[in-house]
Amino acid sequence: MNTTVMKDRSQERQKRMLADYFKRLAVSRENGWKNVYTFVPGNLTELILSFDLLPVLPEINALQSGMRKKSGAFIQEAEKAGHSEDVCAYVKSDLGMLRGGNIGPTGEPLPSPDLLLLSYTGCFTFMKWFEILREETGAPTLMLHVPFQGEGRVTREMRDYVIRQLKTEVIPALEKLSGKAYDESRLAEMLARSRAMEDDLVHVLESAKRKPSPIDGYFAAVYYIGPIFSAFRGTEDAQHYYRELREEVDARIAQGIGPMTPDGPMPPEKFRLVVEGPPAWTHFNELWRMFHAEGAVIVASTYTKVGGVYDDGFRHDPSDPLGTLADYCLGCYTNRSMQDRVNMIARYVKDYDADGFMINSVKSCNSFSAGQLLILREVERLTGRPGGFFESDLVDPRYFSAANIKNRVESYLQMLDQRRTGGASA
Amino acid sequence: MEAPVITAPAPVAPIVERCEALLNDLTFETVRQWKENHPGKKAIGWLPVWAPRELILAAGMLPVGVMGASDRLEIVKGDAYYQSYICHLPRSVLELGLNGSLDVLDGVLFPSTCDVIRNLSGMWRILFPQKYVRYVDVPQNPAMSLGGRFFAEDLRAIAAELGEVSGTPVTHESLRAAFAVCNANRRAVHDLYALRVAKPWCVPSAELYLLVRAGALLPVEEHTALIREYMQLAEASAAKPMDMARVTVRGCFCEQPPLDLIRTIERSGCWIMDDDWLIAWRWFKEDLPLEGDPFENMARVFVTDSPACPTMHLAHGVKGAALKAEIKNTGSEGVLFMAPSFCDPALLDQPMIQAAIEKAGIPWSALLYAENTGQFQVIREQAGTFADALKLS
Amino acid sequence: MKCFVGIDLGSTTTKSVVLDAEGRVIGRGITNSRSNYEVACDVARREAFHSVRFALCARALEERQMDALVRTALMDSLTRGFRLAQHRAQLAALRECLTEDATQVESFHAGRDIKGPVAEIIVEMEALAEPLFSAGATLKSDFFRDIAASQYAAGAKKRSCPERRPFEALLSVFDKAILRTENRILEPDFATGAGRAIEVALAEALLSEQNAEAIRSTLREAFNVPLDVIDSAGTGYGRARLPFEKRQIRSEILCHGLGAHHMFPNTRTVLDIGGQDTKAIQVDEAGLVRMFQMNDRCAAGCGRYLGYIADEMNLGLHELGPLAQQSKAPVKINSTCTVFAGAEIRDRLTLGQKREDILAGLHRAVMLRAMSLLARSGGIHDEFTFTGGVARNETAVSVLRKLVAQNYGERTLNISTDSIYTGALGAALFALRDAPAEVAA
Repeated sequence: MNTTVMKDRSQERQKRMLADYFKRLAVSRENGWKNVYTFVPGNLTELILSFDLLPVLPEINALQSGMRKKSGAFIQEAEKAGHSEDVCAYVKSDLGMLRGGNIGPTGEPLPSPDLLLLSYTGCFTFMKWFEILREETGAPTLMLHVPFQGEGRVTREMRDYVIRQLKTEVIPALEKLSGKAYDESRLAEMLARSRAMEDDLVHVLESAKRKPSPIDGYFAAVYYIGPIFSAFRGTEDAQHYYRELREEVDARIAQGIGPMTPDGPMPPEKFRLVVEGPPAWTHFNELWRMFHAEGAVIVASTYTKVGGVYDDGFRHDPSDPLGTLADYCLGCYTNRSMQDRVNMIARYVKDYDADGFMINSVKSCNSFSAGQLLILREVERLTGRPGGFFESDLVDPRYFSAANIKNRVESYLQMLDQRRTGGASA
Repeated sequence: MEAPVITAPAPVAPIVERCEALLNDLTFETVRQWKENHPGKKAIGWLPVWAPRELILAAGMLPVGVMGASDRLEIVKGDAYYQSYICHLPRSVLELGLNGSLDVLDGVLFPSTCDVIRNLSGMWRILFPQKYVRYVDVPQNPAMSLGGRFFAEDLRAIAAELGEVSGTPVTHESLRAAFAVCNANRRAVHDLYALRVAKPWCVPSAELYLLVRAGALLPVEEHTALIREYMQLAEASAAKPMDMARVTVRGCFCEQPPLDLIRTIERSGCWIMDDDWLIAWRWFKEDLPLEGDPFENMARVFVTDSPACPTMHLAHGVKGAALKAEIKNTGSEGVLFMAPSFCDPALLDQPMIQAAIEKAGIPWSALLYAENTGQFQVIREQAGTFADALKLS
Repeated sequence: MKCFVGIDLGSTTTKSVVLDAEGRVIGRGITNSRSNYEVACDVARREAFHSVRFALCARALEERQMDALVRTALMDSLTRGFRLAQHRAQLAALRECLTEDATQVESFHAGRDIKGPVAEIIVEMEALAEPLFSAGATLKSDFFRDIAASQYAAGAKKRSCPERRPFEALLSVFDKAILRTENRILEPDFATGAGRAIEVALAEALLSEQNAEAIRSTLREAFNVPLDVIDSAGTGYGRARLPFEKRQIRSEILCHGLGAHHMFPNTRTVLDIGGQDTKAIQVDEAGLVRMFQMNDRCAAGCGRYLGYIADEMNLGLHELGPLAQQSKAPVKINSTCTVFAGAEIRDRLTLGQKREDILAGLHRAVMLRAMSLLARSGGIHDEFTFTGGVARNETAVSVLRKLVAQNYGERTLNISTDSIYTGALGAALFALRDAPAEVAA
């Protein structure tokens, strides 16, 4: 029972943090608080917060719309306005929400953007997304071009380019918007906190190396990454959250308890899997159930690295604030080369001793999806463990075919079972 | 109106035939022959939308445009790597790679056109580890001191790598010489388009397309000469002026429309006054300067003189304004948006540009295609209806 | 006799295979899938058991050392007689449903004349029953639904008139009635079914009274052998809705792998093209799945696609392949999108393209997609087994053969005439292997 109480503590805190955050946004206009819209990968949360500006993350709003089953209507609204069925559903969900009065996930209105900080990191669509919001709202865009790690490494030139943009364009724009001067010591203070929470997050994620795993490293972990990937990195609240979460997970380990699911404690761990690709937000619990009901725990995932890859050693470095922000932006998962992604998944399969890996290929996101079938082949080749493949979408409910996905997941798990038992009871 | 039958006037026919043969050269035999005739020389491919072919040239190699395989290649292996919701171009490019047609290339440049092409660069590296592969991240921050500087540095790095591939280091001199060759080529293509605008009946769209596309396989100077020769003959042709609806086509900057699609549009009663297919060959309006640091120069021209292509982040209002100016310059009466299915840059841009030109009272119509579209009935009807509407208004 | 049953509940057809305790296939049954999965499953199973009994009869006659010609004729007439009885039982049920529905429709629409023509059509259909199962007659379909539908439509066409008896209205009565008919389990009892069939067969065989009596008792004995189902397993698209326990439900992938391996023990790669899914499966020497890929979310290029095409061209599914074989100049078709299939066909026909050339192109497009999926799953290894409904289509097979040779070189391509039963066979094998000790004993 103790664990339930402790589990509740971090969850409750996150809930409160989000409620406060959306409340602040709702009353930001009358209080004269300015906001900055930006994206999860390569987000400059500490920098934005150091100017007392409010970060708004349309991706998070879109995925929340998906989880609350509102995205379908939003998407149709955007398609009525001329947007193609073929393109990213996050964009369409966001646009539909904006056109419907920009009512956020908590039912409170979101302020329209004061600045669209276009951290162009690992996703081409980001660029178009903010161009569209610029058309809709008249807010200016501010481009932060983060070069892609096409060659599988970050060069000095790439890093300098990002730092120069921060110095000569991003910071002046934030100074102008906030009316405050850039305060590097304040930024450094926040980055130090980020560093601490990154340690805790990695501890939590890596706890899944244990058998049985105390956490689900995908479905549950998307809640764990919530604060650090969004508007809270570098805040005291988030620092507490991660400390609490770490303690809760440690307690679970001590008690030998497995992951908790929306349907209650997970059945005994039967399969350990790595997952590549984002979840299908519109059917999040349903998708999770297809795994946990069969005793399949996700021990590691790439999606939980989109807002920062911390488990390969990177930490924000308060002694070099702008340099560390540049490193952070350049290192996000979707900004990495295909080979890097292959290596990362293969490493997860080995390090977490997974039985195999599955790819959820989402229609919306070419950055993730284009090439996943080669990733599948390569990871199988490197690990000798089988991969599985299914398709869905981020927030377009029309692309979630439960029967179709269940069929693939079930077949995959039965295959693993059969391979394991060598057909003895196959 | 009655769709005119457009036949190649006799004098240009041999040129057009040659270009069509080049379009149909799916095994890159042309490049193979060039290499045979130039022992020890190498060839480097590049993908749409734009890549610095000047650098390839300056390293003494043949730049080869890899523009997909239209509807003429059966895709077996390429499809194995792509889900149904991804555009067609990367499938055919992979098919060409996996079936050995692209073995003749010693390397490939993949520009930062979109996430699909970006990821294809990584796939190429894995699938063809023995080949030179380079991702060319063009600057999205247009300030010279920021994006410009980064790009100049990157161009320097690419030049050094290409020099290593070819064994002939790129020097300022050789790069300037390449600039001169490509400047002349761009001027020829610009002139060809100007002729098209002045006398569309002398330069049928399909011929114009074939001529520019020939530049994917021909050495640059030979391509320039071919265009010039064609223009001389076309200008002198006896083709009679004809009045048809004048449209600008937008959206085909990467995955190329099948030739028959271009023919279909013209046969439906539309003069295509301007388009954005094969836009790499007229990416700059200005010449690249032949004085000063050529890397700096190229980067500077790139950040100041690139077209309003959906692959670029542009300042507010620029895209709509650019299209309106183009419409005015070419005397177009309407816009035909032709995007390849699942093309994120084109499709995400479209509603914004449509709104801008709608505000200006310019009519438009939109259709989707894929490089392997084999059915034009619907397109014929749509383009025909659009042409009729334009003539009536 | 101990039996193990496998059921494959597919989107188009439901199949059943019965194994004996030694793992030999002793019966197969098939029916069209329908809204009531339980009934579909039950009908397929009954059909499989009927085939077991007929096989037992044939074996018993063989053991009597009966003349082969006489035996074949006897079995043929026995089968036809039994089928006729089944058909009549279904017709009787259909009559009931049709009458009810026609009455209802007429009471809703004053001035319509529906009951009369429907009654006439039923009489006509009943008169057609006997010739349908007479010696030498070939059935257009194995399924009552298809036969009844075409007979009814012909009858309705003759009797329709726009004002009082609109064709559509007549058809809709049938569409409703057949659904209800199908979802009932209809079996003639032994006396009217097998019993009468035996009498008819014996009469047709012109046997002496004494001889006839001996054979009668042999056949009756064979028909009455107790068949004990030790265990069952289910698979297929609708497997989750089969009336089985969870342990008895197997994924199609595993079943197709095992089934194909059982039919052709050297199988390493399996391609299955079913109604909704295409599957490429790699199996090891024991028939265990190493890797698999299924078509992506889009059902383009699956069996159902050919179904749409057949509907669009007003052809039976089994007529597509032979027609495509006649093509001299196949057209190039790049899209196998089911959504656009109809429009594409109409456009092409308008352009004057020949049906056979379009069909040849379509078959190629379908097989190209299958090739991609095979490549995705790890290629084609020797031996290569092709299963599923589409494997019965000779054009599809010949296109596949060429594509395999082009892309992978020489491969042994296995196709069983019973390939449609592969999934059900795999399921039955699982039932045999996994039957809990207490039930198997």
